[in-house]
Amino acid sequence: MTARTVPGRPAPDQEQRADVPLLEVENLKTYYPLRLGLTQRVTGARRVWVHAVDGVSFSLARGEMLALVGESGCGKTSTAQTILRMVDPTAGTVRLNGTDITGLSQQQMRPLRRKLQMIYQDPYESLDPRFRVQAAVEEPMLVHGIGESRAARRDLVVAALERAGLSPAEQYLGRFPHELSGGQRQRVTIAAALVLSPDLLLADEPVSMLDVSVRAGVLSLLDGLRRGGDLGILMITHDLSTAAHFADRIAVMYLGRIVEQGPAKSVVRNPQHPYTKALLSVVPKRDPRERFAPQILQGETPNPVDVPGGCRFQPRCPVAVDACLHEDPALRAIAGTAPGHQAACILA
Amino acid sequence: MSLLEVHDLHVWFDLPQGPPVHAAAGVSFDLGAGERFGLVGESGCGKTTTILALMGLLPPNASLAGEVLVDGHNILAGGEDSVRGHRWKDLAMVFQGAMNAMNPVKKIGWQIAEPMAFHGVAQGAAARRRAGELLELVGIPAAAAERYPHELSGGMRQRASIAMALACQPKILLADEPTTALDVMVQAQILELLTGLSDNLGLALVLVTHDLPVVAQVCDRAAVMYAGEIVEAGPVEELYHAPSHPYTRLLFAATPDLYGEEEVVSIPGAPPRLDREITGCPFRPRCDSYFDPCAQDHPVLTLVAPGHRAACHLTGLPAGERAALEGSRPLGGGSADPGQSPDLVAGDAP
Repeated sequence: MTARTVPGRPAPDQEQRADVPLLEVENLKTYYPLRLGLTQRVTGARRVWVHAVDGVSFSLARGEMLALVGESGCGKTSTAQTILRMVDPTAGTVRLNGTDITGLSQQQMRPLRRKLQMIYQDPYESLDPRFRVQAAVEEPMLVHGIGESRAARRDLVVAALERAGLSPAEQYLGRFPHELSGGQRQRVTIAAALVLSPDLLLADEPVSMLDVSVRAGVLSLLDGLRRGGDLGILMITHDLSTAAHFADRIAVMYLGRIVEQGPAKSVVRNPQHPYTKALLSVVPKRDPRERFAPQILQGETPNPVDVPGGCRFQPRCPVAVDACLHEDPALRAIAGTAPGHQAACILA
Repeated sequence: MSLLEVHDLHVWFDLPQGPPVHAAAGVSFDLGAGERFGLVGESGCGKTTTILALMGLLPPNASLAGEVLVDGHNILAGGEDSVRGHRWKDLAMVFQGAMNAMNPVKKIGWQIAEPMAFHGVAQGAAARRRAGELLELVGIPAAAAERYPHELSGGMRQRASIAMALACQPKILLADEPTTALDVMVQAQILELLTGLSDNLGLALVLVTHDLPVVAQVCDRAAVMYAGEIVEAGPVEELYHAPSHPYTRLLFAATPDLYGEEEVVSIPGAPPRLDREITGCPFRPRCDSYFDPCAQDHPVLTLVAPGHRAACHLTGLPAGERAALEGSRPLGGGSADPGQSPDLVAGDAP
């Protein structure tokens, strides 16, 4: 194979620069066109768009875990898919190690994909039932042309499995997914990501399909990996308790926007946005004696096709005032909170 | 006499090959009118099997033994046939995936009216009117009766399936993971609805879930299941503040709390296979407190406080000895023992 120069790939020295965040997302927008019916097309109806991601900005450093929380349909997964360029952004930029990757072609993206690995929610579906563990973890190396020989690849598979907590790895190599527990399967998918030595792991609800008793193990594994300092983790979850425990920072999404973000403890203990407050209030407490006073928002998240004018949360907001109908608030630092704590609410 | 009494319920599933799976092994609990009871445990612990047995909805390869008394009548006495008269009328069930519990090609109203006609509760226009009332009761406009399941959101569908379960005015509602597929906000709405129904209609609720905080906030009492057995049962406050079984304690420790500062610890290993005889305590391989008798003797549920039972050998010890043993073993340390299921040797321990 001849060596190729890959446009868009940062020079090695640039990759090492500490002052450039691992991932920078700026004003990212992802709109999906809605299919029009025949009559609508004939009558020349305007094309309508689903505003899945509608101006999201955040950054993530190496060694850091950021949790993106919100209800289904708030755009968490679309954000991750856009970062991975599985979906093309409508606007905005995504910089990986300082390099803008939004303009790259799919072919230019391919070598970078190695650096961006996704962990999916359901290890029962993300693993091929006919692949033994060894094949499942080896597959990404074959795709990216890593490892000179079978033996070299096997060593890398063993190392990745051990790193993912499946030890001794030799015991697992020959197993099929159905011979593993849910937690073990998820560890295999994590090993299959680690084998490419990624910079960024995007973990989409990594434990929601697993039993309570093994969730903490998988989350501690992810926690340990990023504390190693080589990679950053963007964890997508609807579980605020998990986010509060394992993430450094939390970003709360609502209808395609981040409405509040900041250090995890600060967001959970000192929430500023009414949506965050409501979301925290409905999380059941483990201790039956602790009073559970859920502040239940009526209805469900509005359709991201017609985003409400003014503040997008205003139709469901319990404290909205007239000004909220007109002003679309931007994220801003809130006085009296921890550094880096921002909320998008004019009342905060 | 309690509204519902379950005595020594056993369920076996026959498999094409190999010995049968003993999915519920001597489950006993009781429930009073208006009471909210939680059944918690990991997947495969037998919680869903137990309530499907109460409903007479087990698949054909299941065989069962034991008694299920509703108002003192054993509804299992005549097998499937004797359950049918009670199903939906005395006991009704809400399923996990509301979409799968509904017929996609029938309107919501029709689906709520169907059991009414079947059980002779109401017919025709009266049944349709009642379907509308039930929808209002669960917080959906009556007009939704003319909608199809796919036209409703997930939360609405779960509300409609609760209306469906209430069609014949049951006394007992069995809810199998009713909020697992839902968002937290919608979960809170559904839980509020269920607690409201049990408060206002005197409906007894059995809530089956793996989510301990949900049980802690919704239920009065709960039973923790492991490997087909109830290993601890009692008031939820005691289960959290004074657990007697190490599994209950470890399960709470594995559950993150929003404001909790302590480390969240997983329970290494996996539940034992249920298609073979279990010697000793089924939880021993994953336990952090086992001692000599745990390997040989199967512990039975014993009263530890009024209304609070646990199946653990530790409960028979004086408090001092017990405290010394609790947490004395490394987590997952017992899993490499010979004679246990091979699945346990390579457990989930990092």
